[in-house]
Amino acid sequence: MPPTLPPVLPSIVAEASPRPVRRWHKRLLLVVLCFGLVLGIAWATSPRVKLLHNTESVASRFESSIHTVAEQVDRAMNAEIAGRGLAKANPADWRTVARRTSLGLIGNGLSLEESRAVEQLPEEQRAIWWTEYLLKDRRTYDYLAERWTRATVGTNNGPFLIFRRRKYVDWMADHFEKGTPYDRVVRDLIEAKGSWTDSPQVNFLTATMDDADNKKPDAIRLAGRTSRAFLAQRIDCLQCHEDYLGKVHFPETPSGELLDGAIEEGDEEQTDRTNRTDRTGQQADFHQLAAFFSGVRLDNAFVGLRNSQPDYKVTYLHQEKDTSVVPQVPYLRNLMPTQGDPRHRLAVWVTHPENQAFARATVNRMWAILFGKPLVEPLDSIPIAGPFPPGLDILADDFSKNGFDIKRLIRTIVCTEAFRRDSRLDIDITSEAVEKEHENCWAVFPLTPLRPEQVAASIHQACRLHAIDESSSILSKLELFGGVNDFTKAYGDQGDDEFTQQSVTIPQRLLVMNGAYVSERIKNNPVMNAATRIALLAATDKSAVELAYMATLNRMPSGVELNAFCERLHDTRGKSRAQAMGSIFWTLINSTEFQWNH
Amino acid sequence: MEPLIAGRDGNEPGCHSLRNFQRRRFLRGGAYATGGLLSQGMLTRIAERLSIASESKDNDKLAAKSLIILWMQGGPSQLETFDPHPDTKIGGETKAIQTSVSGLQIASTLPRTAEIMHRATLIRSLVSKEGDHERATYNMKTGWRPDPTLVHPAIGSVICHQTQDNIEIPRHVSILSGQWPSRGGYMGSVLDAFQTGDPKDPLPNLKSYTEKKVFENRMHDLKNVVESEFRRGRLRELDKVKTLHESSTDRATTMMASEQIKAFDIALEPSGVVASFGDNSFGRGCLAAIRLIEQGVRCVEVELSGWDSHVQNYSLQSGRCAILDAALHALIQQLDQRGLLHQTIVMCGGEFGRTPKINVADGRDHWPTGFSTLLAGGPFRAGHVHGETTPEWIETGKDPLLGVKDPVKIEDLHATLLHSFGIDFSKELQTPIGRPLALSSGSIIRSLF
Repeated sequence: MPPTLPPVLPSIVAEASPRPVRRWHKRLLLVVLCFGLVLGIAWATSPRVKLLHNTESVASRFESSIHTVAEQVDRAMNAEIAGRGLAKANPADWRTVARRTSLGLIGNGLSLEESRAVEQLPEEQRAIWWTEYLLKDRRTYDYLAERWTRATVGTNNGPFLIFRRRKYVDWMADHFEKGTPYDRVVRDLIEAKGSWTDSPQVNFLTATMDDADNKKPDAIRLAGRTSRAFLAQRIDCLQCHEDYLGKVHFPETPSGELLDGAIEEGDEEQTDRTNRTDRTGQQADFHQLAAFFSGVRLDNAFVGLRNSQPDYKVTYLHQEKDTSVVPQVPYLRNLMPTQGDPRHRLAVWVTHPENQAFARATVNRMWAILFGKPLVEPLDSIPIAGPFPPGLDILADDFSKNGFDIKRLIRTIVCTEAFRRDSRLDIDITSEAVEKEHENCWAVFPLTPLRPEQVAASIHQACRLHAIDESSSILSKLELFGGVNDFTKAYGDQGDDEFTQQSVTIPQRLLVMNGAYVSERIKNNPVMNAATRIALLAATDKSAVELAYMATLNRMPSGVELNAFCERLHDTRGKSRAQAMGSIFWTLINSTEFQWNH
Repeated sequence: MEPLIAGRDGNEPGCHSLRNFQRRRFLRGGAYATGGLLSQGMLTRIAERLSIASESKDNDKLAAKSLIILWMQGGPSQLETFDPHPDTKIGGETKAIQTSVSGLQIASTLPRTAEIMHRATLIRSLVSKEGDHERATYNMKTGWRPDPTLVHPAIGSVICHQTQDNIEIPRHVSILSGQWPSRGGYMGSVLDAFQTGDPKDPLPNLKSYTEKKVFENRMHDLKNVVESEFRRGRLRELDKVKTLHESSTDRATTMMASEQIKAFDIALEPSGVVASFGDNSFGRGCLAAIRLIEQGVRCVEVELSGWDSHVQNYSLQSGRCAILDAALHALIQQLDQRGLLHQTIVMCGGEFGRTPKINVADGRDHWPTGFSTLLAGGPFRAGHVHGETTPEWIETGKDPLLGVKDPVKIEDLHATLLHSFGIDFSKELQTPIGRPLALSSGSIIRSLF
């Protein structure tokens, strides 16, 4: 039964005119709108606290089978190290390992906010937790997708209108994030058809088209890309001539049976296969591979790429007439279906679990991304018949047996001793040759220069207290995106060849020492810049220096460093303190330690 | 075949080549041997003279020491610049004018350039297979078509790689560099061109934005606090044999304080000289290029963009030509007056030419089959024209090469340029992909000498 109104109320209601009530509503609406507007602006412009908002779902341990595989890799590598009589570096501290993981997966070190968050966990869980956290972070997949995009379509802008690089990168990142088996991703690329906007994988093919290609993707370039990016086989020289330099070998057996058998438990040191005859590469090997791509045409922009009759002719060296070339693969021909569309047959052969070159190529690329240096150099040239470095086949076998799971591969590599070793040895290293020998056996974590985009992103992130990730405001993300692009262009993008180590140049040093990119980020700015905020908010000189080191180098300062920089901050106040802290940031950012992975 | 990376000890043969040194010693030895009749000192001086004369005779043939590339990004029209065909179906609105070389006409858009054509060599028959800006730029700057396995070095990088100088400023400079400046490619980013903007503006990143004392403190802390901590327990001579980070910092600091930096400052030139190059960034870039060459810089690239005239070809090309004309004339004149032209090669051209056919928007499209490049200075035959393009209309479907007489491939142009510097372009280097590769795959264009 509804409550009854007291007798006085009807009279109050009756006396109140309807007009003031409407005005009151309007005012309330106006206030709510203004409040909403203010909140909206604040939301859009301010970085929000975001780290740890999904930490409940982040695991602190890997599944045991990953540790088992990593231990097999360790045993194989340790046997090699012991066999050569080399010393092993001690395990690195968790901060160093976390920085390496960050640089490998998202392209920059940890933000101060992230470092503080990871510190909350027990020390033994931190490195693994941080890897798992990054594997849930979209930044990881965007970054990995960019690396794979460079490997598969390069860095050129590509043909106008029919190439959409951004869509291609996003497509790749989506699949990496979803955990799509990598073999399926590669099959989609090789077999792609349709429009480059509706089916972004088509851009793998359209990237090779140009005016002179007569509406057909360039089969030669696609053959080169496919063999290098997916199989780590550099057979491009065969385009023009036979392999008279002895650089390209393919396994050959009379019956064409499988040579690459699975490695048995405890057999991880075996790197040489028996019962094998090799042959050198022939010019036909390249062109037969290219012929798979010869039946793709672009007749209509609305329909996009479609299959047509393959038609591939070539004039071989020392011949005068064209030869019609039939699609064929250079080795393990029994793995390729005999029927079906040529590109489908090729895709099945490339990604076949028994075609170990596919898994080895992927492992080598992921190893390079995480270490800054591949297991086999150059990155896209692994001899098809070995010998292979210890650990490569163990990782490759695990990768193919577990559904070509990229995330599992990352976890396994991060779990190895090689990844967790210090970059310093306890012995006195007197020559470059000695150091190289230790690095080549992974007895010590290799020193590698950061790539240009890593330098740019690391500087930007170091100069912001909060992590800039998917949940950051759009302005923060735009600032990072634009800044990194501009800096990378000025610094000199390495293009497709990004894992080739190059010396730092004078213009590069000048850019970091005197350029606006760094000066804008370390100047006195209490709203944006970490240096100023630390200068203003840190309780003591000591904690200010420690925070500066954490933000930039992801480590605590040594006693000598602490004393030196506390001296610089001593008796500084306000603006002069902010400037002094800016100078400390400048010094740390300009150091070898900041600009190298170690 | 030689390794890719030059030794760091600076003992390589450079400008003072071992071959010349031996010849001088030999002649000097001959003078000593016959020294009975005349005093030794006198014969020594004669021998010196003879040896220098002998060297200079060789060097007259291959005298180039520096290269200035006037890079016309976008594709200048050969028909509106160096290869006009007025009053023909393909000629458009462009008229031809007589030059200082008898019988040679160029477009009326370049009246000042016409006055110095007796100092230039003109190639009117360049051909390539690249019709896309990016790929054609790569092709023209490196002498190689783009290759997915390898990034080739630009010609300036190759010249720097094959020579050695002791200067405090970069030896390879790109002024007004656009989207695709010259790169070191597989020879390493150390040979990338140092990029600058309009010479009227201060050089980028060369001045510290802090007070001198603050900068000194920063450098002190960097070297003595942070770097020394990083070096601890690592490879001895970590910087020297591995990272080169500290030494690059030192070289950058040296450059910041170097007097040679003044070479970039055209305000130090008389105002009349500055004005003769034209009041625009390209003209100033050309003047800065001369100053840099004087200082010992090996290769300077100055870019003039905006030649991509798919629409309103004549007016667009004429506007660009006006800028080029004044600067190119002044550049050749100044190089000559300063005694640098014989040892400096000037190359002026773009990535391709433009179609003989004028499209519906009064524009011309990309044409890599018969376009022009001007060379001047160095050992080239002055007042010479190589090649020819037909004034006839080439019907669609016919091979456009049929309209080109004495075609010159891009790689041949590169081989010829490298030869002009005395560089053996057939020399193979070990590339990062494990494949030995010659510096150029072309052949020398003998008729240019």
